[in-house]
Amino acid sequence: MLIMLRQSWWKITGVILLIYAVIAGFLIPVPDIGNLFETSRNLFFHVPMWFSQLVLITISLVYSIIYLRSNKINSDIYAAEFARTGIVFGALGLITGAIWANYTWGAPWSNDPKQLGAAIALLIYLAYFVLRNSMTDIDKRGRIAAVYNIFAYCIYVPMVMILPRLVESLHPGGKGVEGNPGLSEKDLDPTMRKVFWPAVLGWIILGLWITTLRVRLKTMEEKKLTS
Amino acid sequence: MDYNATCKIKNNGRKEINQLMKKIYFVLFCTYSLLLSATSFAQTNGAMGDSPGMAVGMRSNGKIYVVVAVVLTILLGLFLYLASLDKKIRKMEKELK
Repeated sequence: MLIMLRQSWWKITGVILLIYAVIAGFLIPVPDIGNLFETSRNLFFHVPMWFSQLVLITISLVYSIIYLRSNKINSDIYAAEFARTGIVFGALGLITGAIWANYTWGAPWSNDPKQLGAAIALLIYLAYFVLRNSMTDIDKRGRIAAVYNIFAYCIYVPMVMILPRLVESLHPGGKGVEGNPGLSEKDLDPTMRKVFWPAVLGWIILGLWITTLRVRLKTMEEKKLTS
Repeated sequence: MDYNATCKIKNNGRKEINQLMKKIYFVLFCTYSLLLSATSFAQTNGAMGDSPGMAVGMRSNGKIYVVVAVVLTILLGLFLYLASLDKKIRKMEKELK
């Protein structure tokens, strides 16, 4: 894995994808939906934040499980750093969502179930770092943090992906809507889809890049401490 | 002896990657500057048109290209920053070994 981190081809892919997403995201024609007008272009920037966060915290979860099985300090570093970048993307998602909501729903915060769920999930992930930093024993910290991380993930998924769909929501995909809106064939405009998926991939790669930098830094710190 | 040889090969590989990165930066920069000049051309063309409308105007003569240029600049700046961090960390890793 560490060898993969230092290769540059996937970073360049991400850079190209994001450049494409920005140019095409602003310039392609978008369909006129409700009171969204040009703001539906936010689909290329706001939504990928959540996709990236989900990918990052899922990787974090996997490393937490690996840590519990192997007890290797490296896996603990991976888990923590993936969760950290995940929090950054989640915060960006919340802020961009509030800006978008201000001009389409009338207020930055309307206690929409998805907004509430995302905020709670973010707080739970922040608590992960509070918990981590409150312990000095490396083994104890690693184990407790890993167990908590698994718990946090199990709260995140229902908070952001299940509960908002069971009740009425301003977000697409509330009660009474079938399937996952925006992702199904008939809901997302075909031209928008051609920009949306590259954008999602590009933002995910950017998140991975930032995380790998932090992981490498932390690994070096660890080496310095132990040697 | 063998170990040293593999180290040398590894170092050479990194140098090659570094050179490749430099070339890629150059190509990126060229396309970027080309794009900027193209968009400025598009704007002068757009200004000749009739009064700005709603959705169509945003793209042709609503100066949306200015926003694209600004966002692209920010994005590229961030990428360059990340790349320089990457380089620095790589250097530190080398020294630590």
